[in-house]
Amino acid sequence: MSYLLQQVLNALQLGSIYALIALGYTMVYGILTMINFAHGDLFMVGAFLCFLSVVFLKLPFVPTLLASMVGTALLGVTIERLAYKPLRQAPRVSAIITALGVGLFLENFTLALSPYPKHIPSFVPDISWMLGDVSISLLQIVVIACSLVLMVLLDLMVRRTMTGMAMRAISWDKTTAPLMGVPVDLIISMTFAIGTGLGGVAGVLYGLAYPVIDPYMGIMVGWKAFISAVVGGIGNIRGAMIGGYILGAVEILVVAFLPSTYRDFVAFGLLLVLLVFRPHGILGKPTVQKV
Amino acid sequence: MKRAGLVWCICVLVALGAAGCGEKAPSTIRVGVIAELTGDMPAVGESCKKAAQLAVKEMNDTGGVQVGDTRYKVELFIEDNAGKADQSASAAQKLITQQKVLAIIGPNATRYAIPASEIAEGSKVLLITPWSTNPKTTVDARTGAPKKYVFRACFTDPFQGRVLARFAMDGLKARKAAVLYDVASDYNKGIAEFFKATFEQNGGKVVAFETYTTNDRDFSAQLTKIKKAEPDVVFLPNYYSEVPLQIQQARRLAIKAPFLGSDSWGSRELITLCGNDCEGCYFSTHYAPDAAAPAARRFIQAFKTAYGGMPDDVAALTYDSFGLFRQAVSEAGTIDRQAVRDALAKIEKYEGVTGDMQFREGSSDPVKSAVVLRIKDGSFVYFANAHP
Amino acid sequence: MTGPLIGKRWMPLVRSLANRPGFKSGLAAAAFLLSFVIPAAGLLDQYVQLILMYIGINIILTVSLNLINGYMGEFSVGHAGFMAVGAYTASVISVRLFPAPWGPWLFPVAVAAGGLAAAVTGLLVAFPSFKTRGDYLAIVTLAFGMIVKSAIENIDALGGPRGFLGMERLTTLPWVFFWTALSILAIRNLVYSRFGRGILSIREDEIAAELSTVDTRRVKMLAFVVSSFFAGVAGALFAHLLQFINPRVFDIIKSTDILIMVYLGGIGSLGGSIIGAVVYTVLLELLRPLGVWRMVLMPLVLVLLMIYRPKGIMGLREFSWFVPGTDLNAGRRWHKKKGTVYGPP
Repeated sequence: MSYLLQQVLNALQLGSIYALIALGYTMVYGILTMINFAHGDLFMVGAFLCFLSVVFLKLPFVPTLLASMVGTALLGVTIERLAYKPLRQAPRVSAIITALGVGLFLENFTLALSPYPKHIPSFVPDISWMLGDVSISLLQIVVIACSLVLMVLLDLMVRRTMTGMAMRAISWDKTTAPLMGVPVDLIISMTFAIGTGLGGVAGVLYGLAYPVIDPYMGIMVGWKAFISAVVGGIGNIRGAMIGGYILGAVEILVVAFLPSTYRDFVAFGLLLVLLVFRPHGILGKPTVQKV
Repeated sequence: MKRAGLVWCICVLVALGAAGCGEKAPSTIRVGVIAELTGDMPAVGESCKKAAQLAVKEMNDTGGVQVGDTRYKVELFIEDNAGKADQSASAAQKLITQQKVLAIIGPNATRYAIPASEIAEGSKVLLITPWSTNPKTTVDARTGAPKKYVFRACFTDPFQGRVLARFAMDGLKARKAAVLYDVASDYNKGIAEFFKATFEQNGGKVVAFETYTTNDRDFSAQLTKIKKAEPDVVFLPNYYSEVPLQIQQARRLAIKAPFLGSDSWGSRELITLCGNDCEGCYFSTHYAPDAAAPAARRFIQAFKTAYGGMPDDVAALTYDSFGLFRQAVSEAGTIDRQAVRDALAKIEKYEGVTGDMQFREGSSDPVKSAVVLRIKDGSFVYFANAHP
Repeated sequence: MTGPLIGKRWMPLVRSLANRPGFKSGLAAAAFLLSFVIPAAGLLDQYVQLILMYIGINIILTVSLNLINGYMGEFSVGHAGFMAVGAYTASVISVRLFPAPWGPWLFPVAVAAGGLAAAVTGLLVAFPSFKTRGDYLAIVTLAFGMIVKSAIENIDALGGPRGFLGMERLTTLPWVFFWTALSILAIRNLVYSRFGRGILSIREDEIAAELSTVDTRRVKMLAFVVSSFFAGVAGALFAHLLQFINPRVFDIIKSTDILIMVYLGGIGSLGGSIIGAVVYTVLLELLRPLGVWRMVLMPLVLVLLMIYRPKGIMGLREFSWFVPGTDLNAGRRWHKKKGTVYGPP
């Protein structure tokens, strides 16, 4: 029983990080119908910014979080303005390839500057408690709590504020929204800022939980978060959160109860099966195609 | 119009490339290096490159390499294999056909070394891989005989796995071992399996044989399983960037057993990344920095002066590869690819940074020892020797 | 097509020569002959020959992926998975099954077997494509690619992560040329056939196609099967060129590379795929002197190209050589009626 509880804790931690990154994907998709494949690499940038602020600026936890968030958000908006905006009228796939290119550029640029993996000295005290046979660390609590708080805040923002309403309006109908006075460009930039900012926070939390970072860390995590977003129903914020936790749970629990070599095999297999039965993801709405 | 122009430009450039370099009598010795500068292991490529540049600079500072009556300067050509097998092969081909190198040093990882080695073998050019420990790199898979032109500067996985298993049983008195390794990486999996085979052959029991995939960061599930199995020692034949995470997560789960590692731990970065958690761990590697021979100490000093950090095992082995090459060229007496290869195969004794090496006819793998180091007070301390 | 000075004088001559019947086949035969002569006489050095073979293999990959992503308008991200299936099947056959001295003669059999195995897996991927569209299909193909890689890693008989060795270097320039030409011919014929119209109509509007009696299921199955067949062929050729394969070679990065080549050249255009493959492969080799910065420059070039030419180098246009006569003439007649110049949309 305690073994299961321990694994559930592990799953919550991993799932929180996937969920935060998946949120970034889903927000950008909801508003632009574009898969920002550079998102995983922006997450990596967030982790590196965390490294810089902890090692060189010696900032404690909260300022580091804010600094990474803001830095990644700024980078995200810059990329949006320079690379994605010119392609808004182009076929979707061009934007996707551009996103892939931007991602590759970020990876290799970071690599050219720093090929060696970097260690982030711990900036949260390394305490853990034992509840019977289960060990809970402060780290895990911080990661899970931060993620949940941010997700709740995001959900509130999208549902209760004007900006959120504007975002939902644009994702509902892109051509009519500007006619109603919604400043499309501004809202799109804000969406990018928030989405990538969340990715940056995920980078910090990841750096907290797994303190060795390298330029290629965003690739697999990015694709897995993309899968989480789609499983939850892409474009749907609550779906992204659920998807992230599902993927985290599947990965950890598969290893917990089956030979660990089968992890990827089973995890992706299960996801495929899920998509077969719910092709639009868990919370996705089947879009009615008008003929 | 623009499109056609682009196509023309490409054609012209290709034609120029095809023309290649002109033929002229060599006045320098050309050596090629294939390193993983970009791709999944840039740290390895970077170390290799630095050591190569240091080795060549030292050779040229003393006026060059003595071959017969002449002293030749050494020209270094470094190619990146971008972490891809096909790029490894094309880099090797380019070095052989276009830069006309006398020998190739590298690549380091087995999965890049093998494609390059096929090209070298086919073109009859000497290739020394500094770091590839998989036995298959120097063996012709079709015939089972050793390759004639491919050599390595390090020991092999079977040797290391055996050494570590025996150390675990005799040195650490362990009867139950747990292993956590990367299933997607040939090096990790190879050593893990050799370790398991030797350990069980000698009466031990491997109680957990867990895996993860490259780039994974979360090992909590596997470590929880390992904890449940209550091993006497935990074997982690993984890269120095992954091991700190594994050990930290294990400690957080209150796993008390000592950790054992292989030569992939051999970078100074391990201590930086690991901090206090790695205290008291053991691993096998090529040389001991504190009990080092004079040659090793000179190298460490030179590396530190040139680059500011301590060299890792990739750097040390690359440096030794160049040393082997230099000795082979000197003994061959001519700059001929075949002669240099033959001279290398006959080297009786080479005193290198990573220990003494000897090549025997019929095998491209050097006869050399391994050392077991212990991490004490934040540095690597010599613990024991392991001979073949 | 070339610069203005050359254009005015020589182009009409070249065009009239090129339009003679049998010219294209003659050219193809001459090129095939050349592919034998080059290695035998050493007209180009080994390095250039190797790059030419890489280009050929990349062309096959690009053209086959273009069928799904370009002509059919889907988003398949797991092409390297099909390549892996073909590579491993062909390698196992040529190493374990065929007796050694017969190797070179039985090579086409091994390659075809690799293609067929990949085609079977293509069929498996086709089924989910009936219900899922767009980004969901991307997930399916992505997951497929990862499952293939993970499966091979766990099968020790195939070497697992240690990879599979033992292949002879059976891939030669003539073989690469043969399979490249075959793939281009096959896909071009498919696209301009009845099924091809079906494929294009799925891209434009799947529901309208369904209503217009296009059997979308059959068309999709055929498209996936053909596409994965050639991906498998490319994998087999690749395996016998490098003489060593391991699962990591066929990971998401490989799929991404192929995607880039397709969209670089222009979707829905065979000529574009060829150009995309050539440009990408050659540029990668040419930029070697840049060392680490090569991989920083390449994506930057890609991004700039996408911003300024979002439809790829060729866009949706096609070289008139690839378009069969009836289509070409029909197009010309239509434009003549409208008073515009013939040039695809």
